[in-house]
Amino acid sequence: MNDGMMSLELGRLLPELFLAGAAVFGLLLGSFTPRRHQWVVAVLAAVTCLAGLVATAVGWSAGNTAVFAGSYAVDAATNATRVIVLASVLIVLAMAQIRGHARETEFVVLLLLAALGTVLLAGANDVLLLAAAYLLASIPLYPLVGFAKDAPGTEAGLKFYLLGALLGTTMLFGVMLVSGTGGATDYAMLRHALPDAPVAALAVGVIAVLGGLLFKAGAVPAQFWVPDVTQGAQPAVGGIVTTIPKIGAAVALYRLVAIPLDHTELGWPLLIAVIAAATMTLGNLAAFFQNDVRRLLAYSTISQIGYVLMAVAVAGQAALALPSLLLYLAAYAVTNLGAFAVVCALPHARTLDDYTGLRRHRPWLAASLIVCLLGLVGTPPTGVFAGKLTVFTAAFDAGLGWLVVLAAINTVASVFYYLRWITPALRTGQAPEAPDRPATVTAYVAAPASVAVGLLAGPALSLMSAGLLTP
Amino acid sequence: VLSIVVFLPVAVAAALLAVPRVSDRVVRWTWIAASAVEVALVTVVWLGYEGPGYGLEVNRRWIPSVSSGYHIGVDGVSLPLIALTAVLFLACAIYSLRQTERVRSFAALFLFLETVCLGVFVSLDLILFFVFFDLSIVGMYFVIAGWGHRDAARAALRFFLYTFLGSLALLLGFIGLYLAAEPHTFDMVELTEQNPLAGGGTAATLVLLAVFVGLAIKTPTVPFHTWLPPAHTEAPAAGSAILAGVLLKLGTYGFVRIAMPMLPATWRDWAWVIVVVGVVSVLYGALVALAQQNFKRMIAYTSVNHMGYVVLAVGAAGLVSTSDEQAQVLASTGAVTQMVSHGLITAALFLLAGVLHDRGGTYDLGAYGGMAASTPRFAALTAVAAFASLGLPGFSGFIAEFQIFTGSLPGAPVATALAFLGILVTAALFLRAYQKLFLGPPATTGVTDLTAAETISIAPLMALALVLGLFPRFLLDLVEPAARVLGTLVSR
Repeated sequence: MNDGMMSLELGRLLPELFLAGAAVFGLLLGSFTPRRHQWVVAVLAAVTCLAGLVATAVGWSAGNTAVFAGSYAVDAATNATRVIVLASVLIVLAMAQIRGHARETEFVVLLLLAALGTVLLAGANDVLLLAAAYLLASIPLYPLVGFAKDAPGTEAGLKFYLLGALLGTTMLFGVMLVSGTGGATDYAMLRHALPDAPVAALAVGVIAVLGGLLFKAGAVPAQFWVPDVTQGAQPAVGGIVTTIPKIGAAVALYRLVAIPLDHTELGWPLLIAVIAAATMTLGNLAAFFQNDVRRLLAYSTISQIGYVLMAVAVAGQAALALPSLLLYLAAYAVTNLGAFAVVCALPHARTLDDYTGLRRHRPWLAASLIVCLLGLVGTPPTGVFAGKLTVFTAAFDAGLGWLVVLAAINTVASVFYYLRWITPALRTGQAPEAPDRPATVTAYVAAPASVAVGLLAGPALSLMSAGLLTP
Repeated sequence: VLSIVVFLPVAVAAALLAVPRVSDRVVRWTWIAASAVEVALVTVVWLGYEGPGYGLEVNRRWIPSVSSGYHIGVDGVSLPLIALTAVLFLACAIYSLRQTERVRSFAALFLFLETVCLGVFVSLDLILFFVFFDLSIVGMYFVIAGWGHRDAARAALRFFLYTFLGSLALLLGFIGLYLAAEPHTFDMVELTEQNPLAGGGTAATLVLLAVFVGLAIKTPTVPFHTWLPPAHTEAPAAGSAILAGVLLKLGTYGFVRIAMPMLPATWRDWAWVIVVVGVVSVLYGALVALAQQNFKRMIAYTSVNHMGYVVLAVGAAGLVSTSDEQAQVLASTGAVTQMVSHGLITAALFLLAGVLHDRGGTYDLGAYGGMAASTPRFAALTAVAAFASLGLPGFSGFIAEFQIFTGSLPGAPVATALAFLGILVTAALFLRAYQKLFLGPPATTGVTDLTAAETISIAPLMALALVLGLFPRFLLDLVEPAARVLGTLVSR
């Protein structure tokens, strides 16, 4: 490979390079900056995200290419993931209460690294790169969960780490089996080789790889960490772990099912469909009687991933599958972070009853909460509605009618617990504590943004039409 | 122009919320002014409409990937309902002059509801229809939960869950229609032309089932009506009036706008089931209403009864579609007329129930008696509304029910005869309730008569019902051509 080609390939990777560079440079900068000036690192991160968004927008029309000998795909899915992840990082930076914290730099750097890992997860076109991205997307999150150094955070961090290490090792084992049976590591070659591979070994290997990705996505059967981590960590970290890694994991799952596993005879779509059904149902049932808002949100994110996996289950079988997946992820990210921004704004309101009187004393914050929660239900015209509509249509189109009916029933059921949160907020009562200003403003931005994603679903979907990089 | 009609109320609502520190008085009068402008605009639209076919059509791209657009327009079926919506919201705005609790949010919420209700009636795209349909549920939830009586939170939750279930069933049906169409589209006009599931089969039946269940929950028909009585009992008077007057019509409007023209063959196949559902709703609603001691609950059940006539009519229109064109047009016209008539009369009854609650603090019929002497205007208006509701000649209800029965008789004679009994029962229950409230020895003292605002909000509704009953031509001239078009669509 000559130098010209190398720099051309690096040019397609500007957002990733920005993130990596900002993480390294931010760490150095933070070490030499006095504690009260550490906000410059957060500013650096925000500028990086904006630059990454611009670079993605500029490179969007350049078409689908594989870089670095086909190991990394730059296509509509990767581009969309970049946009969603970078925008999510911006939202998190705005709402996280780390201003003036002794370890502000560490927080920001870990966040940037986790975001980079997520983007790589989505773009990985090679099982080895997938495994590396998994580690990069996971490891920075463990210290973030325990960032407050308090007992619940530490416990949650430990639990997160143990489960992540277990499933990460399993995933490495799976990567070994898949590449061993397929005789290659990149997806394009696996796509040709896997149909002739030994079935039993391949099945075990793929299930092990899926296990790791399902852990990142917080889907059944690897969902146990989600409620504990979300409840134990700081609210902003809860928002991070339930949003950012899920995006990359969902896209990675899609890519895996759509490209290397496409021609294999094993019933992967059905397996994913069953996982989707179990995930949405379990998440919903568990959320029903939660009284802690973070736990409730945690279970709600599990059920949301169930709907996302519907699009993965029909990968390649419906024209809308990939656009619907990406649209849903974008809508979910901004809506979920909006709900977490409200939680961040009222850090001492831990139970549903603590929100009593919110409408009376903080009407706009209450309105933002209601918009975000109804958005998560999928009320039109919010983004999640547009996502659900397209996901349902794609699943119907691919013949998964039963799953769509189940998802519709789950959606109705989910109304119940979201309303359990809205009802006290509407009641009159004592004024809740004075809300945190930056987080409040974030909520004010995220709530209308979640509606805007729905209203702009048309242009958004047509941007995704370039589809996946297929060999 | 139509977009302005639809979005003006919500724009006013946004302005009301955005301007800091406006007095309640200003809010009230802005609300009334906005609603009055709406009525004027709708009148202009009505006068400017030249049927048949769609008027004031707008079609813009929205989500081209799924061929869904911002496609709106009016025709002879939707215009009467749009006019009804505008009139009822004006009546509620005037009635709410005495509202003191959180006036600004209340006004904003009602203006928002007006936009979404109008939006449903003008939508010519299934997704757009669904967006407005679902938002109407959200809006009404907040009305009930925020301004309802004691058990409001529970009733509101039940209302939300139940109708949301319906709307998702509807969405599944819509997706089914979309996928059946070739090329895939959510556009109602195109779907009607394509008639995608003409071949019948399981798919067509399932799609019709989903759409029917979705709309039946909203209408509501037996056995999907159980959300209605608690929602009405707990809702504030103006909320009840809108719920019964406009929101229930969204369901029956869906039958004539979506289910019948887009699934004609399947509709004909299953028309007998729909007739049965209609008749059961008529009889069950009437009988249960007869057993009520709670005035508002009683009116709620008469809504089930009256909407049952509409369902009977649309079912019968499917039965006779290929044999008797005249009967079919009559039944369809009757269905639309009944929607308008029921909207006017029931909204008036619910506002009157609100007055009753305001005076006595309860809806219990047993707590009142002999009020006619002290409240002549209240007694007179209630009498007019009760007689109009039971279908006395001279009122719109008579015209509507006469058309429905005449149109349904050839196709479903037994069902129509049974449904006829419903009228007798409603007559009995209204007379009984009226006697308890206003005649006999006075059981309550110090009850004041209707205030000016109450009279001005309720009396015009009854006047309109009377005008429709005496001079129905201006409405029928609009509805009949549309019903004829519908007839040819269903007969395909």
